[in-house]
Amino acid sequence: MKTAVAPTADKAEKRFTTISGRPIERVYTAEDLRGLDERRDVNDPGQFPYTRGIHPTGYRGKLWTMRQFAGFGAPEETNQRFKDLLKAGGGGLSVAFDLPTLMGRDPDHELSLGEVGKCGVSIVSLQDMERLFDGIELGRITTSMTINSPAPMIFAMYLAVAEQQGADWKTLSGTIQNDILKEFIAQKEYIFPPRQSMRLITDIFAFCAKEVPKWNTISVSGYHIREAGSTAAQELAFTLRDGIEYVQYGVDAGLDVDSFAPQISFFFNSHSDFFEEIAKFRAARKLWAEVMRDRFKAKNERSWKLRFHTQTAGVSLTAQQPYNNVVRTALQALAAVLGGTQSLHTNSLDEALALPTAEAATLALRTQQIIAHESGVTAAVDPLGGSYFVERLTLDMEREAKQYFDVIDRMGGMVEAIEHGFPQMEIAEASYRFQQAVESREKIIVGVNGYVQEDETPIPILYIDETTAERQLARLETLRKTRDGGRVRAALDALKETARGTGNTMYPLMDCVRAYATVGEMCDALRDVWGEYEEVPLI
Amino acid sequence: MQKIRVVIAKPGLDGHDRGAKVIARALRDAGMEVIYTGLRQTPEQIVGAALQEDADVIGMSILSGAHMHICPRVMDLLKEKGLEDVLVVVGGIIPDVDIPKLQQMGVRGIFLPGSPMQQIIDFIHQNVRPRAEV
Repeated sequence: MKTAVAPTADKAEKRFTTISGRPIERVYTAEDLRGLDERRDVNDPGQFPYTRGIHPTGYRGKLWTMRQFAGFGAPEETNQRFKDLLKAGGGGLSVAFDLPTLMGRDPDHELSLGEVGKCGVSIVSLQDMERLFDGIELGRITTSMTINSPAPMIFAMYLAVAEQQGADWKTLSGTIQNDILKEFIAQKEYIFPPRQSMRLITDIFAFCAKEVPKWNTISVSGYHIREAGSTAAQELAFTLRDGIEYVQYGVDAGLDVDSFAPQISFFFNSHSDFFEEIAKFRAARKLWAEVMRDRFKAKNERSWKLRFHTQTAGVSLTAQQPYNNVVRTALQALAAVLGGTQSLHTNSLDEALALPTAEAATLALRTQQIIAHESGVTAAVDPLGGSYFVERLTLDMEREAKQYFDVIDRMGGMVEAIEHGFPQMEIAEASYRFQQAVESREKIIVGVNGYVQEDETPIPILYIDETTAERQLARLETLRKTRDGGRVRAALDALKETARGTGNTMYPLMDCVRAYATVGEMCDALRDVWGEYEEVPLI
Repeated sequence: MQKIRVVIAKPGLDGHDRGAKVIARALRDAGMEVIYTGLRQTPEQIVGAALQEDADVIGMSILSGAHMHICPRVMDLLKEKGLEDVLVVVGGIIPDVDIPKLQQMGVRGIFLPGSPMQQIIDFIHQNVRPRAEV
């Protein structure tokens, strides 16, 4: 079948590859699926290994959650954006924090200069968390918080607000990203050294299993790995291998795998190469199911099922001809839906220029609603299942991920691989190769290296002024004067004491938060005990 | 001919270093001597690195919106140390309204997302100070 139509000579010279550089054949046939076992490799939706989805009914029973990531300025401004998004039909909240908060620094630290409220909302103490969720009932919504190194501190603040509102921790639902490994690998928002960071995570696993059982304790993230320039297969491999590392550390800390594994969720990127992305999502479910059942001997089916959030690829957005980004995002969102995502964030058209305006953010949400309600793609589960091409790509993705698992296992695990700089170098290589492909015009990016347009009209963008920093600094000064200083010091000392020993850090952190200790103070307490991580820059 | 010496720096708290690393490699492949400072460098550290490395060029990658705080400080420090002839270029997410302000304070090259690497390489070749005869 494959050679039935001979390609013309000049067509044969052109290489067809995915955005990740994977060669693509002219046509795929049953020959390409020789060796594929229908039951073992694909099976029905809702059946192990869940290649076709974790629910037998797909989106018929429940659409994905349309969860738009938002945060900027002071807490009141983000609170207003949250209320607008909920009113526009958004299904859950997703908090973006500013860099000082993400790095565990108060606004008055020298490195916070110019960063307060810029890339997200500034959260300094429990007071800010109270403002952020003012008028929003935490018992009735689900909240995702993109926070990693200071995840325990921010999560403790969220729990304290829930407590004030009278919500039962046992029914609270939401997600903290809490994925430190991808910070060392890609996004670089680390504070403490890897092993101490892993302990904070296993402390959260244990704390939540007991106190907040419905909370998603970690969102193992490939998103940032991909944004840093990895290929699709590397995103899949490193993310799932990170997941394995977290489960292994949990088990090594004495936890029963089924007590915490069902609350592990994932977060992937949906990039521009349509079918490769769909194959990546399908392969992810299969790989995780096998790892959990066979490697960790998990008994609970919920431990086998990989649930994931998706965000469209920020890195694919262009500053040139920004309206083109609406189309890119729509295609990427469609790939995520065809891949069976549980929740989705669609980027706004202006995000290569600034944080999104309210109008751009609404259009991004509408994009999802159009896919959900107008395109018809939600009616049949995994509509691309059985496609020769998609099934072949799914198998290839799986194989490549397993090859990386082997390499990383031989290094002793992901923490060790990171210490060797292995994933970091693999990603740096891949991102440089892609940039070269763009420079040579082997890959065309519309508006950037093809179909370029001069004299573009600028679009309106959101400009964050300096009043946020001034306001947050003034508030911090007042807080330090008015709170019970003795209670704060005692709580921070207790935190240090626990950090030196082996107790669960979440309990003393709750006390710090209730005493209105700041994110910077809590992180400094742990810096005093554990030190800070510094990476060796590799290029 | 002596190689052009470039310090590539990531100031501020942001850790998104893809652009900094890609440009560092591209400049190195173009025959320049590249020193990458790593993450979270203060203006003092960046200018200190330029002084110590006898840099002809400082390239800063800033995506977080902190450029209007970082750049003035770097330019002042360069003046203080008598390094006014070091070519300063910035890449990242820079709103249009800030571009003239940055140029006015002496940032010569400003490169937005999607700028071809060759354009940056050419810009450096055309604008770098001639190296003193040894």
